[in-house]
Amino acid sequence: MEHFISLLVRSVFVDNMVFAFFLGMCSFLAVSKSVKTAIGLGVAVIFVQVITLPVNYLLQTKVLAADGILGVDLTFLAFILFIAVIAGIVQLVEMIVERFAPALYSQLGIFLPLIAVNCAIMGGSLFMQQRIGLPAENSQAITCLADSFAFAIGSGLGWMIAIVLFAAIREKIEYSNIPKPLRGLGIAFITVGLMAMAFMCFSGIKM
Amino acid sequence: MGLLSKKNKEALNTPLFKENPVTVQVLGICSALAVTSKLEPAIVMGLSVTIIVAMANVIISLIRNTIPMRIRIIVQLVVVATLVTLVSEILKAFAYDVSVQLSVYIGLIITNCILMGRLEAFAMQNKPWPSFLDGIGNGVGYAMILVIVALFREFFGTGALLNIQIIPESFYEAGYMNNGLMLMTPAAFILIACIVWYQRAKDKSLQEK
Repeated sequence: MEHFISLLVRSVFVDNMVFAFFLGMCSFLAVSKSVKTAIGLGVAVIFVQVITLPVNYLLQTKVLAADGILGVDLTFLAFILFIAVIAGIVQLVEMIVERFAPALYSQLGIFLPLIAVNCAIMGGSLFMQQRIGLPAENSQAITCLADSFAFAIGSGLGWMIAIVLFAAIREKIEYSNIPKPLRGLGIAFITVGLMAMAFMCFSGIKM
Repeated sequence: MGLLSKKNKEALNTPLFKENPVTVQVLGICSALAVTSKLEPAIVMGLSVTIIVAMANVIISLIRNTIPMRIRIIVQLVVVATLVTLVSEILKAFAYDVSVQLSVYIGLIITNCILMGRLEAFAMQNKPWPSFLDGIGNGVGYAMILVIVALFREFFGTGALLNIQIIPESFYEAGYMNNGLMLMTPAAFILIACIVWYQRAKDKSLQEK
């Protein structure tokens, strides 16, 4: 349980997907013009992350690994399988949301397919694959299914916090007088840089 | 000269500056920032992406008329994932150290928006040869930004380039210090911002209102 919580907190703040690993930057920059849409995309990312990561965890440990059911080391197939799982689940989620929550669908509609190619999702699965082998006392280690849930929730939440904060700052920046060449993309990058600097102070926390 | 007609030249040239994938189209930012703390992985990454974009463009362009529209994303992903797996295995075999440094970011080429972007926007509508040039152009445009950022980060962060010490020992004795912040994540963001700033100051048509 202790490991579960420390992994969760660590992946929200210390190993933040955006500020520590630059993952999911494309949609991060594209969909952060208003807080409302940022929250929508953030929720969608958490949602997809929480479903895909444990599925990929099971796939990795039970099927692909050398001691899995097939008895052959198939880890080189991981890229293709992970992306297939992600694309499949995104499609599924899209259909379910469309059927049962049309209001949410009309808001998330355009973002859901984007999530299939959001690096934060794929990155989450690839980091999970890397961390399976770590010794259990390492606070980044993922040793069981529960850990993969903790990592999924943490990394999704960290990404959402990042995009919502950033969108809020961007809404305010709209009103400032920025040098012409820096408007839009330039100032966005500088803002993210400063936010990353702020998030760096979490990296000193020992857990 | 059918091979490099005016249109094909454009496909090759525009992504270098005017339509640069990183600074103008805002594609593939994730990996552009993550692998640039040293020059060597940045070059390897740029090279890998160039090869993969070019090959994926050619393959998709060859089969573009047989792909059903509804499942094209999956088809594209499978082609890209296969190429990335190949590159990743080759790197592991011949350049193990670099592949360790690049860690998950090689796998993340699959979700690199440059690939999907170019496949969707160019390869689906064009013949193989222009698609190949477009892939090379975009890959090189991407690699260029990577190398520029990595150049600054490694030089100011460690005083070396490609692991060869450039700043002499006597500078350090005289009180010069490496800027450790350059190796951290914020420096990457701010350097890209500077490149964007420079490019948009030069070319006013790129400025946002």
